[in-house]
Amino acid sequence: MKHMLTINDLQARIEEKEILKGINLDIKPGEIHAIMGPNGSGKSTLASVLAGRADYEVTGGSVQFNGKDLLELSPEDRAKEGLFLAFQYPVEIPGVSTTNFIKSAVNEKRKYQGLEALDAAQFLRTMKEKMKLVEIDQSLLSRSLNEGFSGGEKKRNEIFQMAMLDPKLAILDETDSGLDIDALRIVANGVNQLRTKDNAFLIVTHYQRLLDYIVPDFVHVLYNGRIVKSGTKELAFELEEKGYDFIKAEVNEATA
Amino acid sequence: MQEENDNILEQITSSEYKYGFVTDIEADEAPIGLSEETVKFISAKKNEPSWMLEYRLKAYRHWLTMQEPDWANVGYPKIDYQNIIYYSAPKQKVTLDSLDEIDPELRKTFEKLGISLDEQKRISGVAVDAVMDSVSVATTFKEELSKVGVIFCSMSDAVQEHPELIKKYLGSVVPATDNYFTALNSAVFSDGSFCFIPKGVRCPMELSTYFRINAANTGQFERTLIVAEEGSYVSYLEGCTAPMRDENQLHAAVVELIAMEKAEIKYSTVQNWYPGDKEGKGGIYNFVTKRGICAGPFAKISWTQVETGSSITWKYPSVILKGDNSIGEFYSVAVTNNFQQADTGTKMVHLGKNTKSRIVSKGISAGKSNNSYRGLVSVAKNASNARNFSQCDSLLLGDKCGAHTFPYIEVKNNTAQVEHEATTSKIGEDQIFYCNQRGIDTESAVALIINGFAKEVMNQLPMEFAVEAQKLLAISLEGSVG
Ligand SMILES: Nc1ncnc2c1ncn2[C@@H]1O[C@H](COP(=O)(O)OP(=O)(O)OP(=O)(O)O)[C@@H](O)[C@H]1O
Ligand SMILES: [Mg+2]
Repeated sequence: MKHMLTINDLQARIEEKEILKGINLDIKPGEIHAIMGPNGSGKSTLASVLAGRADYEVTGGSVQFNGKDLLELSPEDRAKEGLFLAFQYPVEIPGVSTTNFIKSAVNEKRKYQGLEALDAAQFLRTMKEKMKLVEIDQSLLSRSLNEGFSGGEKKRNEIFQMAMLDPKLAILDETDSGLDIDALRIVANGVNQLRTKDNAFLIVTHYQRLLDYIVPDFVHVLYNGRIVKSGTKELAFELEEKGYDFIKAEVNEATA
Repeated sequence: MQEENDNILEQITSSEYKYGFVTDIEADEAPIGLSEETVKFISAKKNEPSWMLEYRLKAYRHWLTMQEPDWANVGYPKIDYQNIIYYSAPKQKVTLDSLDEIDPELRKTFEKLGISLDEQKRISGVAVDAVMDSVSVATTFKEELSKVGVIFCSMSDAVQEHPELIKKYLGSVVPATDNYFTALNSAVFSDGSFCFIPKGVRCPMELSTYFRINAANTGQFERTLIVAEEGSYVSYLEGCTAPMRDENQLHAAVVELIAMEKAEIKYSTVQNWYPGDKEGKGGIYNFVTKRGICAGPFAKISWTQVETGSSITWKYPSVILKGDNSIGEFYSVAVTNNFQQADTGTKMVHLGKNTKSRIVSKGISAGKSNNSYRGLVSVAKNASNARNFSQCDSLLLGDKCGAHTFPYIEVKNNTAQVEHEATTSKIGEDQIFYCNQRGIDTESAVALIINGFAKEVMNQLPMEFAVEAQKLLAISLEGSVG
């Protein structure tokens, strides 16, 4: 079976601090993986390293993405190769309209793929269609990117961008936190509708709740820079019930 | 990481000036240096009436008594005023029946700049009075304008054809004695534009002039005068590019605007003169005096400027709000990079009652440049209910550049409301990364972010120029991270 993302013994640090200490993960097309783990365990770091954030130094290991050496690619090329990151904390860019921003992003990707830029009418049509998918309001999209958006609006905007960019692999970093029940359902619905047998999702979350809506094929627990446990969605239930203590205990026992 | 940022910064901000080329046209030059003889030479070249020569000579004699100002936050080697050529005209037939008669070399220059007159004419509907060095070489749309009584011509022509208007208004807002550079300009101004909008007329098109400095060592002393009679409206655009030079070139223009009762003048500038190279060598010294007067009630003057060029900019487009209920506006984006220095801002002088002014200044600095906003809001004793709002934002790219704000406020009437807001920010690494993650490379990301930062000002530009100005911002900076 084809591999989409293969992470092999990935290690990374920031400012001399070792954060990822050997991550192994294999994602195939059509799969949904969830990553859970206590605060500060390295979930966002993993997402950032995959997306190519320069602050992090990769000190070992490799990552293959659709047959390419992901770590060799610039962040923008990773994006154009189909890797999307829904940020835990989306940034604000004053004065840049959300619509124009997304249009630039979409057309950069098309250029990379050797396709012509969408004209205004085509773009608008696609936008209308995807807007329905994530139930986002036109008025939000005409405002400056994320500026003054509520927490939930920012998250929804991330999912809208994901829908517009149609990535092969989407990494959602705590997209569920800060969402009310309705928004959570809408975002989950969006993901489910965008899901195909050819794309994959890596979903970082603290709550089993999201996984009621988006059913993962695998659940991994990241602790102290390593994936210490993997399982099916049952693992998420177990975590919800027991917390992380039992996992920490297991790890400490093993390393003792 | 910081190192990496600096690298990106360096790579991107080191993009070369893209308009560096020299047109090979025989020039008709004044002898080098400045004296009464030079002034007489210029006046004679232009066939001027004696009152004009007198005006120039008076200005020249006054200039001799003055000292070059040194209060601006800029530094430069002393200018040798005797080492400048004060007049240079391309050899060119004086009257042209059509654009086809223009020197092909000159046409090519314009085309390189992307301002083919043909195209301007056909597509944009903008009347272009193109100034090559010191003499207007092409004027279009003159006829269409004259149908509604609008006069739009070179200053030289205006002196010949409309002496009564020139006598009345020239120097009425900016007297020759105003400052060192206005005295110099009044003595040796070579050409420029004159624009007169009669009572009640809405000028049917954007008026535009391209200034261009071409011959080496030629100081450029443009003179612009716009008079809008009662209830009239005009939007005027000025755009400029200059070829690459090693020597510093002095540019000391004077612009005067007069808006009568209920008249409105919108004056937009896009300035991208040669800023000097990466080491700070060469570049234009741009010492400009621009001032408008709202002479009657309900008049409005609005300055919009996008300043990306010149090695030194010293410029304070101002509005005298004399008429009651008149309005003054100043919208500015000033970009400095490498070793550029800009000291720019505005003066809003509230004299009339219920006068309003609005100042929006966006300074963007990169490289080792320095960018200062200097603004004066003054409210006279009789100017009851005057209002001012000022917003001065600075954006820094990298940590070797500087942004400074010098707001001066003088209020002599206690009903005045003067508000000043200022912010300084850096382009965030996380903003750039966010764009990168959406497939937008760092250069484009920075262009996007600075255009967003400058949006409120860019929105004031006429449509035809907005796109060009956006590109200019991107070209002159193209990047960097906090
Ligand atoms: N610039 C930095 N300097 C030092 N340590 C850092 C830096 N950035 C992140 N870290 C540390 O790296 C560790 C992992 O952070 P990360 O954001 O990946 O955790 P997380 O699993 O996403 O946590 P959360 O669930 O709270 O979002 C934390 O201990 C954090 O403090
Ligand atoms: Mg996190």
